[in-house]
Parts: sequence; structure tokens; C-alpha cells
Amino acid sequence: MPADLRTKLGHVDLPNPILTASGCAGAGRELSRFTDVAKLGAVVTKSIMLAPRAGRPTPRMAETPSGMLNSIGLQGPGIDAFLQRDLPWLLTRGARAVVSIAGSSAGEYAELARRLSDAPGVTAIEVNISCPNVEDRGTVFACDPAAAASVIEEVRANTRYDIPVFAKLSPDVTDIVAIARSCVAAGADGLSLINTLLGMAIDTATMRPVLAGLTGGLSGPAIRPIAVRCIWQVKQALPDVPIIGMGGVRTGRDAFELILAGAAMVSVGTVIFHDPGACDRILRELGDELARSGLERLTDAIGLAQQSADAVRLGARPRMGSRD
Amino acid sequence: MTAADDAAELAPAQVAGPVLSVRQVDAYHAMAVVAPRIARGFRPGQFVAVAVGGPDTSMLLRRAFSIHDVRADHGGTVEFVFAARGPGTRWLADRRPRDVIDITGPLGRPFPLPRDCVSCLLIGGGYGSAPLFPLAGKLRARGCPVDFLLGAASADRVFGSLTARRTGRSATITTEDGSLGVRGMVTDALARVIHESRTDVIYACGPMPMLRAVTGFADRYEIPVFASVEESMACGIGVCMTCVLPVTGDDGVTRMVRSCVDGPVFRGQAVRWDDVGTIPFDALGAPGWRPPEPADPPQAQPDAQDGRRHAG
Repeated sequence: MPADLRTKLGHVDLPNPILTASGCAGAGRELSRFTDVAKLGAVVTKSIMLAPRAGRPTPRMAETPSGMLNSIGLQGPGIDAFLQRDLPWLLTRGARAVVSIAGSSAGEYAELARRLSDAPGVTAIEVNISCPNVEDRGTVFACDPAAAASVIEEVRANTRYDIPVFAKLSPDVTDIVAIARSCVAAGADGLSLINTLLGMAIDTATMRPVLAGLTGGLSGPAIRPIAVRCIWQVKQALPDVPIIGMGGVRTGRDAFELILAGAAMVSVGTVIFHDPGACDRILRELGDELARSGLERLTDAIGLAQQSADAVRLGARPRMGSRD
Repeated sequence: MTAADDAAELAPAQVAGPVLSVRQVDAYHAMAVVAPRIARGFRPGQFVAVAVGGPDTSMLLRRAFSIHDVRADHGGTVEFVFAARGPGTRWLADRRPRDVIDITGPLGRPFPLPRDCVSCLLIGGGYGSAPLFPLAGKLRARGCPVDFLLGAASADRVFGSLTARRTGRSATITTEDGSLGVRGMVTDALARVIHESRTDVIYACGPMPMLRAVTGFADRYEIPVFASVEESMACGIGVCMTCVLPVTGDDGVTRMVRSCVDGPVFRGQAVRWDDVGTIPFDALGAPGWRPPEPADPPQAQPDAQDGRRHAG
């Protein structure tokens, strides 16, 4: 019997836990030529800002071992065009829309939250407080517990009560649990872990940085162990807070790994560039993984590795057999 | 010129296609892959994005190559041309017939075709000439005379000089080292070719500096240029936003547009060649940019001209 893949995004029921990662699927339209967006748990949009934004100069990307650096700089059409064109398109296709928002002040985030609350059909808001591609590192709110909390507080206060608010955190911090606690105390209904890590590459032929923006966000399978660690730590500290896990997921096995660490949903990002049909494939593979593990429900697997680890610590046999 | 919008709407496909042949052509490689779904929708100027390194590869980004030839055998094959320069393209060059590769296409907007019978000059730099040959076929079928102007650093880097000589009304070759044809760059021969062949429209594909020079030159004669750009891409399907360049729309507004879905073919005169690699200060959404006053509604719609420009 196929495993039951339903999961919960806050109080919202999703048919399955596979989401697109913000910035890796546009607003769903381009990807729909390769993947049925309505079949996904949800489409997480590229981060929307108040005004149109041109982003950073090119070159904007560099391939790295099992990963890539990007420095797009939040290029996007702005909230007006998004509400007028992209959101209605997602809804007519029957897709669930998780809207990622980004701003340079708590007030901008609040305004975005208000605009989205007035629009019909927003499934959830993911608050991107951790984009590394901004000129001013001081605006990476997710690097400071108080700054992160101030943004989340504003967003929660200005978002309709029935729309869950997820805070997307950066792994580029000493103590991600402290940031996570602070966001949850400020009203976040859940957490998205993790954004890209700040990285850099230098072209040894030209002896200059590869990216025009000098630094960029590192993503792809290279960062998956960091995602697993962050999800694990946060799940252990805040067991009741739902987590959207992301970071280098390439296969159903990888998605299962993040779920075992504590994620209730998994966003698929950079691998979409490699394989535009990745979401469908990962969903299929995840179902197989669960079936192979003898688990009937996805929800039974969330954070299961933590229980197994506890059991080991207490001297009992782990419930799960060791996997190849 | 006919609008090319419809073609971009033809759905591209992701195909696991068996390699039919890999052949070395001077300094380049040409690979033919059985991919009927891609061959069916193809129009000259479109490209494919190829995954390299196999299923467990550490190279995540697809490589984008112009489609050079489409044939009906085996249900439909596409051939693309590449230079084996890095580990990804070297892996590709090592594929053998019957190996299966993961390929998406046809991607991007094709070259627009003229309604009337006009004199067309096709300019290619290096293996940028690859997409010009299927275009030449279409143009000739419409009765348009086709002249070729191909250039490269050396003779072995001029792609398709024989085909150009065989099929074009005229073919001019330039090499920087003088090993084939005229010594110099394509722009050195451009004035003469335009005069001799009474060029009405130019199609060009090659490195940015060449496209920039060709467009600047053609401007003097008020000859329209359709330029296919070679921006580096990560996905090829419009989601990653890495392949942008500044292009001025019919409304006079400059936007950072994606060369994969809004191009790779642009009206040469619309591309701000001098500003490629930068965000021009007056581009939509540039730092310090302010939205126009609401009193001017047509300006307030950033995508009035083209709904796809800023999706995502």
C-alpha cells in the first residue's frame, strides 16, 4: 500500500510534503512546462518585494562541487505585478501558493504581509529574512535574534490569522536555535531551514572573483549535511514547531533524510536547475522510501531519527534497522 | 518580420535521448541525439540544455547549446555543437552512440523570419554559426537570398565554412590569424559584404563583443539585426535568473531580461550592449529606481508589452 504522504503546513493540510524552494521555481509558470504544479505540496514563490527590482549585475552564478553560487540579488517584478499576474495564475492552475517575501525594513515586510492578506488564495507566507545577496549585511535580519523577531512580529501582526507565517533562517550564524526561538516567540507558526550559505569563488585564470557581486549564496547537495544539522538542532529545541526543510535535496532519499531529522515538509531547490522534473521524481521516490521503511504515514517519520537516537542513548535497540 | 511569440509557447520537453553520433568537427564536437519531441517543435535559433556528468554528477548546471540540425530519421534527431573546454563538455565529448543523455528543449525564442523576399546576411563568430544553418534553410525556402559572413580566431575555429560556401549565395570567411579567408574580424569585412549583397536584414550569433560591433555597424545603414546572445545559463528554462541582460522594450523601458526565455534572439538595437554585465541606472528596479507616478497608468504596468518578461 502506498504511504500516506499528507502533512501539515501549520494548520493547513497539504497532500504531500514536496515544495519548490524559493528562488528556484520562479512563480511556477516556467516550471509548469515540466512539472504539474498542482500536484506539489505547494509552490514557494521567488521572494517578492514591494517594488520591482533589477537585482545584481552578471555574472550571477558559478558552478561549485555539487553546488552553485548565485548572486541574483532578489530580481523580481514587485508585489503589484505579482498579485496581478503570478498569484492568479498559480490559483487557476490549482496550485497552493506559499509566498516568499523580502524587504529591507520591518515596515516593508509588514506592508507585503498586508497586501498578501488582502489577496485571496495565499496558503502561507515564508518570510525571507536571510537572503545573503544584499549590499548591507545589516539587513540580513536572520543573523540577529532581535532583528529577526522584529520582522516576524510585524509580519504576524499584519497577516490574516488563518495564513501561517514561516521564518526562513540562515545557517550563517553561531547559534541557529537562538534565532529560531526568537522567531517563534515573535509569532512565527513555523520555520524554513535553511537559506544558502555565503560563499565566494575566484577565477584563477583572470585572478578575479567569478561573481560580479563578489559573494553569493551556496546551494546544492554540498550543503545538505548543514541543513540536516540545523533541522536536527531546531527540532530538538522546539519539537512542536513545524519545519520546512531545504538544502541540497536531490532525491527522495535526501528528502527522507531531512524528514527524519525533523522536517514536516521539504523544499526542492537547486536540483530543479539540473532536472526540471525533479519535484515529481522526488515525490515518487519519497513514497518508495517510506514504503521500504515500513512506515505507513509520512507524519510518523518526522523527527524519527531523534527518537531513535534517544533510544540508543538510553541503551535500547533503535526502532529502525540501519539503512544501507 | 513575423512575431515569434507563438513559437516560445510551444512546450519544451525533458528527454532521455540516446546519442546517435558524436563527431569532431575541427576544434568542435557535434552530437546528434534521438529526441523526437524536441525535433518536432524546433525552430531555428532555439537551443537545448544538456545535463552533464551522469545521474550522480557533481556538476549541477545544464549546458546550453544552439541546435544546429534537425533530422527526421529515428523519429526525430537534434544535433548541437559544442567546444570541449571544461570538465562538463569534455564528459559530453566522451559519450558514445547509444549512451543516453538528459536533454531539454527546444528552448528560447527562435529567429523571426521575414514576410517578404529580402536579402539576408548571416554572421557567425566561432561555433556561434551553428544555429545559422537551419535558419538559412528556412530563409532559402522562402526565396530569400542568403549570404554568410563567418569569423573566428583561426581556420579550425570557423564552424561550417564548407556548408556556407556550398549553400550560401556568397560566403565570406575571416580569421584573426589569416589562416582562412580574409585576415581580421567579421566587422572588418562587414561593410564590403553589406554593399555587395545589398543586405536588408542581419542575423548574427557569436560572442558579445562581435554582436555589439555588428549591431553598431548595421545601425549606420539602418539594417535591422537579430542577435542570438551567448549568456551563461544555469537552467535554460527561465527559473534561475542568472542569464539576464539589459534590453530596452518597445515602451522605452530597460529591463533585465532572461536570455533563455526572452531570448536568446533579441533585436540587436534593443540590447544595451555597452551595459551588458551591469545594471544600468535607469533599468526597471535598479538601485534608486522609483516607480513612475500613478498618473501615468501605461508606465505603471511594467509588463504591458510582454507578460513573460518579469515572471518570477
